[in-house]
Amino acid sequence: MGITFRKETFRDDFTFKNSPEHIRRFPFPFNEDAYMYAVNIEPHVVGPKGSVLENLIDVDEHYVAEMQDRALVLAEDPLRCQSLPHMTLAGWDLLELLMEQQALGYPEHFTLERNGDRWRWINRPLGIDDTFTFGDTSTLPYGPMEYITRQSQGDFCILDQRDGNLWMDAGMVTTQADWSLDFDIGMNFFEWHAPVPLAHEKGIFTRALKFLTNIQQGKPARRLNWTMTINPRLDTSPENYHKWGPDRATVTPENVGDKVHLRVELQSFWRLPRSNGIVFPIRCYLIKMDELVTQPKWARRLHRVIRDLPEELATYKGLTRYRPTLVDWLSKLDDGSPTSPGFGPD
Amino acid sequence: MSTGTTKLDVVVSDVVPVNDLVTRFHFRRRDGELLPTFSGGAHVVVEMRDGDRTRLNPYSLMGSPLDTREYTISIRRDDVGRGGSLFMHRSVKPGLEMVISYPVNLFSLDLRAKKHLMLAGGIGITPFMAQTAQLAGGGGNFELHYTCRTASLGTYADVLRERYGNRVRLYHDDREERIDLDRLLSSQPLGTHLYVCGPAGMINWVRDRAASLGWPPETVHFEHFAAPQPGAPFDVELAVSGKTIRVGEQQSLLEAIEAAGVDPPYLCRGGVCGQCETNVISSDGKFIHNDHWLSEEDHRSGCKIMPCVSRFEGKLLVLER
Ligand code: FES
Repeated sequence: MGITFRKETFRDDFTFKNSPEHIRRFPFPFNEDAYMYAVNIEPHVVGPKGSVLENLIDVDEHYVAEMQDRALVLAEDPLRCQSLPHMTLAGWDLLELLMEQQALGYPEHFTLERNGDRWRWINRPLGIDDTFTFGDTSTLPYGPMEYITRQSQGDFCILDQRDGNLWMDAGMVTTQADWSLDFDIGMNFFEWHAPVPLAHEKGIFTRALKFLTNIQQGKPARRLNWTMTINPRLDTSPENYHKWGPDRATVTPENVGDKVHLRVELQSFWRLPRSNGIVFPIRCYLIKMDELVTQPKWARRLHRVIRDLPEELATYKGLTRYRPTLVDWLSKLDDGSPTSPGFGPD
Repeated sequence: MSTGTTKLDVVVSDVVPVNDLVTRFHFRRRDGELLPTFSGGAHVVVEMRDGDRTRLNPYSLMGSPLDTREYTISIRRDDVGRGGSLFMHRSVKPGLEMVISYPVNLFSLDLRAKKHLMLAGGIGITPFMAQTAQLAGGGGNFELHYTCRTASLGTYADVLRERYGNRVRLYHDDREERIDLDRLLSSQPLGTHLYVCGPAGMINWVRDRAASLGWPPETVHFEHFAAPQPGAPFDVELAVSGKTIRVGEQQSLLEAIEAAGVDPPYLCRGGVCGQCETNVISSDGKFIHNDHWLSEEDHRSGCKIMPCVSRFEGKLLVLER
């Protein structure tokens, strides 16, 4: 059967949409009527059929359009993709991981043939059929990380592990929520999370680092994070703040449903076998309010979550300007009845 | 999240005596598939079903990371140890089905290094077998200095010499050959990283000399799996699981906790990875800390213990497990 890839944009005329089946598979991040900070890390194992966890690396109907958007971002700003010289081996690790997982999950779209070091990679949605020598960078049009991440949805940070710390030494980052690879490249875990003002927060970071440095091969982990974005814009980088920042002032009671998007990041953490690095894919899912509220449970619950969100958190997530308008709009869809437990729609 | 490491079902495909003390074991996957890729310096934990005891010992992978049809490890027989190496030497034969962990690397190469200077002592050669294979495949710059008691106990010295020529230097104790460490360490190009694996005395010597010659600590890498030391039996209360257990003379605290059906995390079982760290709720007695993970301050505080290698002598020990 295969996926029908949508023709759509994440900029200018913003034609991005989710099909009805994709609305139902959206990774809605709230399993109760309030949002609380939690260390919500769990093993990254295959989930239910039809969910975004059906495969460990998810490919969906937005694949082709997202890859086109990535190419546009890179053409304007090549620094969104960087790899320090010692990270090439980790790039090959990532290439293998993504080719394997995409071919395994979507054999009708991707094929990987290996003949010793001679590999053939067929990517039908993007019209690619390349034969190359695994480990020999001169046989690919880009470095291994760039080559494969131009063909894989989501951002990718590759971390080198040494001295009991993790170093952001390579990455492909074009769909981020307001941070910059060019700024963080070469930093260690504490540096890229700095400044950490409170001692107890420091404790949290130390534990998180310990968890990450202990990620084992064959045992990836994952967590969900969320924020909101005005317009279905994938590239909300600090470099482009002048483009997306002002959007936040454009929300009106009339356009909330179309403009406000819930942005969910599925982050996973994998140990890379040859380089012993860690890769951290950050897969971004967008859904506009009009689409989200087609599931009455989600509409009711999101209303309660956003309404009761502590002020500091709303500020931190950048929702302040349009929160009242959004809550007001959502309140009309909340009849006060209870929501069922769990993330999924009813 | 479940603890420990992901497991692999393997069959012993070959057992090869290497010299008087060392035997090499080959493993293949039972389902005939390739084994997971690994990186030089990685180890696997081998589960040994020895009667009603289960032993879990870590061993470095020594094959080339470029070939994952099989894994190979080499084990030195220790006649006075706790019995794991004897079990492997005596009872493990080709065809035996075993369970091993996925590879874990706590001794990985720093790929930024301009040059890798490796120092091995005795059976400490095994991780370097894989690391040199990895570097040679990628054109990496390395130099290996290997000390062994006698030429006949120079495990794989001939293989290494044949593969890498004078990039490998051998030193034999019985011929009173010694590494001229200070000269070696002071003559390295900038950007060299140092790796040492061998007996504790050798590791300490190398680390000390490197530090006093001004090598930054992040350029000095060492691997030392302290095997758990035997000692007098002692009793422990596990507060969370509500169990009281006895740690036998030849058993580690971690093994005793596992035998009681509690499943604490671990990666190295050698006191270096930090994974098994456990809080002490109360105690009356003396800790015998054998780990390389906790700080001296932690050791003195009596609030933490690494159960994979450390023991206790005294009346009362209550752990948060
Ligand atoms: S298991 Fe690694 S320190 Fe105990």
